[in-house]
Amino acid sequence: MNKQSQNWKQVNKRNTANLAVWTLAWTLTMAVVSFGPKFIWGNDATLSLIAILINTAIGVGMILANKRHLNGLDELYRKVQLESMALALGVAVVGGLSYSMLDVANVISFDAEISHLVILIGLTYLVSTVIGLTRYK
Amino acid sequence: MKNRIKVLRAERDITQAQLADELGVSRQTINAIEKGKFDPSLPLAFKLAGLFQLSIEEVFQYEE
Repeated sequence: MNKQSQNWKQVNKRNTANLAVWTLAWTLTMAVVSFGPKFIWGNDATLSLIAILINTAIGVGMILANKRHLNGLDELYRKVQLESMALALGVAVVGGLSYSMLDVANVISFDAEISHLVILIGLTYLVSTVIGLTRYK
Repeated sequence: MKNRIKVLRAERDITQAQLADELGVSRQTINAIEKGKFDPSLPLAFKLAGLFQLSIEEVFQYEE
């Protein structure tokens, strides 16, 4: 294995691990923001604000880590990711607005929650990535 | 775009993994290029041709 390849593989591995750490940290701080007021600090708005600011800051770190990860991929994987993100974004905009309109028009009996949209985006991204990788096998 | 990578690899007894390592890409990328499922960027195509010590036209053939 030559130096270039070792370097590419190492960078890719490091970027993936880095992204996993940021994502885990973001998820954990999101849990703290969500459950903190109920189980830890009660109605203290200052603590809630601090927790939200920390979560947002870590979220920014996660976004940058994701960008670094994508830039470190080879061109085929970047293409697969680009197609998946295009689909996920399209589904988010079209699906999200349709879902919201269903709620506004009272067609659905429950509230249109943002979490449902996040799940939809995540699943779209996951499925389209798997399909993309299978297509280029 | 057609290419002769599989033949060129066989002539030199190089595996897809070895070629991928030399070029700093994944084995899947080499496989997809070889099968014509994915067209490489110009820099990667030049690197590939250079590795076989051939011109780019000797490795890749454009088809409409």
